[in-house]
Amino acid sequence: MATQHSRSAARVMMAPAVFLLLVWMLVPLCLTLYFSLLDYRPLRGTFDCCEGLGNYVRFVSSSAFQDSVVTTLMMVGGILVITVIGGILLALLLDQPIFGQGVVRILVIAPFFVMPTVAALVWKNMFMNPVNGLLAHLWRFFGAEPVEWLTNVPLLSIIIIVSWMWLPFATLILLTAIQSLDSEQLEAAEMDGAGFFSRFGYIILPHMARAITVVILIQTIFLLSIFAEIFVTTGGGFGTRTLTYLVYQRVIESQNVGLGSAGGIIAVILANIVAFFLMRIVGKNLDA
Amino acid sequence: MARAVPTQRRITLSVVAWVIALLIFFPILWTILTSFKTEAEAVADPPLFLNFAWTLENYAVVQERSDYLRYLWNSIAIAGGSTLLGLIIAVPAAWSMAFVPGKRTKDILLWMLSTKMLPAVGVLYPIRLILINLGLLDTKFALIFILTLINLPIIVWMLYTYFREIPGEILEAARMDGATLWSEIAHVLTPMAVPGIASTVLLNIILAWNEAFWTLTLTTVDAAPLTAFIASYSSPEGLFYAKLSAASTMAIAPILIMGWFSQKQLVRGLTFGAVK
Amino acid sequence: MGRITLDKVRKAFGEVEVIPPLDLTIEDGEFVVFVGPSGCGKSTLLRLIAGLEDVTDGQIRIDGQDATRVPPAKRGLAMVFQSYALYPHMSVRKNIAFPLKMAGLPQAEQDKRVTNAASVLNLTDYLERRPGQLSGGQRQRVAIGRAIVREPAAFLFDEPLSNLDAALRVGMRLEISELHKRLETTMIYVTHDQVEAMTMADKIVVLRAGNIEQVGSPLELYKEPRNLFVAGFIGSPKMNLLDGDEAARRNAATIGVRPEHIVPSATEGPWQGTVGVSEHLGSDTFFHVHLDGRKEPITVRAGGEVDMHHGDRIFLTPDESRIHRFDAEGLRIP
Repeated sequence: MATQHSRSAARVMMAPAVFLLLVWMLVPLCLTLYFSLLDYRPLRGTFDCCEGLGNYVRFVSSSAFQDSVVTTLMMVGGILVITVIGGILLALLLDQPIFGQGVVRILVIAPFFVMPTVAALVWKNMFMNPVNGLLAHLWRFFGAEPVEWLTNVPLLSIIIIVSWMWLPFATLILLTAIQSLDSEQLEAAEMDGAGFFSRFGYIILPHMARAITVVILIQTIFLLSIFAEIFVTTGGGFGTRTLTYLVYQRVIESQNVGLGSAGGIIAVILANIVAFFLMRIVGKNLDA
Repeated sequence: MARAVPTQRRITLSVVAWVIALLIFFPILWTILTSFKTEAEAVADPPLFLNFAWTLENYAVVQERSDYLRYLWNSIAIAGGSTLLGLIIAVPAAWSMAFVPGKRTKDILLWMLSTKMLPAVGVLYPIRLILINLGLLDTKFALIFILTLINLPIIVWMLYTYFREIPGEILEAARMDGATLWSEIAHVLTPMAVPGIASTVLLNIILAWNEAFWTLTLTTVDAAPLTAFIASYSSPEGLFYAKLSAASTMAIAPILIMGWFSQKQLVRGLTFGAVK
Repeated sequence: MGRITLDKVRKAFGEVEVIPPLDLTIEDGEFVVFVGPSGCGKSTLLRLIAGLEDVTDGQIRIDGQDATRVPPAKRGLAMVFQSYALYPHMSVRKNIAFPLKMAGLPQAEQDKRVTNAASVLNLTDYLERRPGQLSGGQRQRVAIGRAIVREPAAFLFDEPLSNLDAALRVGMRLEISELHKRLETTMIYVTHDQVEAMTMADKIVVLRAGNIEQVGSPLELYKEPRNLFVAGFIGSPKMNLLDGDEAARRNAATIGVRPEHIVPSATEGPWQGTVGVSEHLGSDTFFHVHLDGRKEPITVRAGGEVDMHHGDRIFLTPDESRIHRFDAEGLRIP
């Protein structure tokens, strides 16, 4: 609904954003695709053409890849379970009429704003350190042997740290979803004789279903590329090497660009599968 | 309609909520507290909560030893610069998508979002290579540009959802009243969109400030922001808890405050308008 | 001056033609109402005149000048929108002054015109308030104020009263009519409410699916609707339409008779039926009567205090001289 004049003005104004993103997406991706077909190891001066799909075969068949996929799945899955379930419970709690609701909300949301490197280091040193960490003090207080978190249960440790950072995100979004529920619906259900659990199961949960899906999809996309938390805690050791980290190591640390690029393309494909579903939800919402 | 809730139940719920909230907040609180301790107090057994000699010494030492202010300046320049640049590119784009939607507008919006889903690690090497060839590795300029591009889809989206709430009739009224395209944007659209633009800016600063993939992989010394500064504490300085805490507190304080201000608008930005 | 001529104006959105080629002349100083059901193209037509939409084909002339490609602001027209479209961040004063500011008028002249408009519209006490602090009727007046300060060649109103409650609507209707009498400026008014059309217009344009069904004064439309659509649309309550033997007896495919042209009686009349629902308005009573052998009830107006009830037998006498006859295509038979 507009005139020709405003339509052409609109096109001009959209152009820079579209153009920049197009370049940003295509150029590096094409380069990665190109490198992935080469035997390219800059430190050794190797730059051989026509490796074909060899890099892909080698990357996928390596045990490091298979381990990294398992690690990634466990990490992402663990964090999702903790944050989504915790988020639902917390959101339900914060939706209740509690004293100082505003302050409670602020306290709960705070970890989301903490820089990933800070979160990882604070947890690593001040909480999970087996000698001076607070958790060690707590264990000793109850007479237990302190856990060597990052050496013995490194994956769990990272899951805890990242969950702490993302729980607020899930809570905030789910709380918003709960609050958008028409209270008359709940009152109608109450009149119809539904108890708290029936109301939760038949009204609140279905109402939140879309928000939960959105939380899962968005978190998955962000969690698949977790980097800083691993970088400053274990450096990818002790079974915490995710796919992202593996690719980083191949490309930057061991400078095997061909192999790493193949891994990068695989990571892109996997992320796009998740993104596809997210896009469909967001797209549907656009029509409404 | 809110109903009166029995006081006893309200108290119980409040206590539970407060305990959980404080537990979640505790790591931040503990970091802030530790930053005021001496190194010895920081590792005291049993841990000290409030009964220690408060000192600002750590803050001074951190600045002295590692030139904290330079990292801070880099963080501010990168977060602020990329937000500003992003806004300049995104406002016209969001304007046209919201008020002159075409057949492809929806596809373009979704496509923009999809670029955000691209795992950074997939394009890390080419980006590094390009920057090295352009002599831009470890420069603030490169980081500003890259963070602008990463966050551009989010900025466009947030602005788009806010702009869409402004009734088109108002802009048509302005057009009938003789406003040019420019005065339409300057006198009518922008003042009405100020709240939306403000929360977009806040969210973007937060995201750029905390971005820790590109800032860690594309900087070494000159352009390194606070994310990299903190990462340098991973060992062995990390064992100096009080200094780590002071550095951490300084790195997260500004964002924590901004985040608290913008929390109401965050949801929309973070979910691309899918949850309101 | 504000004589607006549409010459074979056509509008299509892509493949879809919303307004087939259409001719219309609006005389200077006329109050013209575009009326029709929603989706009939009346708002699009108004927006074409305003310049908010491009004309696909044809020509729009304002006072003889071709305005087809002239941008909205340069056409010398002012528009009042359905949602009022007030600028929420500006005070009432600034809202009204906005078009003057855009036109670059000197401050003194702006102030003078705003003060004038405000006193005409009873807004003087509200000039420093924001639109959000005003009632619906006041907002409406601000929107009108913003239009009159420009001293336009014509005013365009796009369903301006549809967001007001019933009582206010009647009041604003009168105010707008007053304003027209005083300013003697052309006004084009879009509405789906035929009561608004009948009470305000000098000339009514009835639209359906982008086509002009009839143009005429309110009484012309009431007395001589050109076809079934206009007959059914103009008048409240609606005209009763009957087909079958009653129509055949009068050499027509359909006949129409308005509720006010039927005399009810408890004892005698050519049409017989049973009283259904009756609506007592005090001044009038409307009976829904189920005629024997007909499915659809017909509406009959009776005086305010007629003593008939649900289920009673009733006899009706239509005023033969006021029966409208239509042929099989739905066109009026003279």
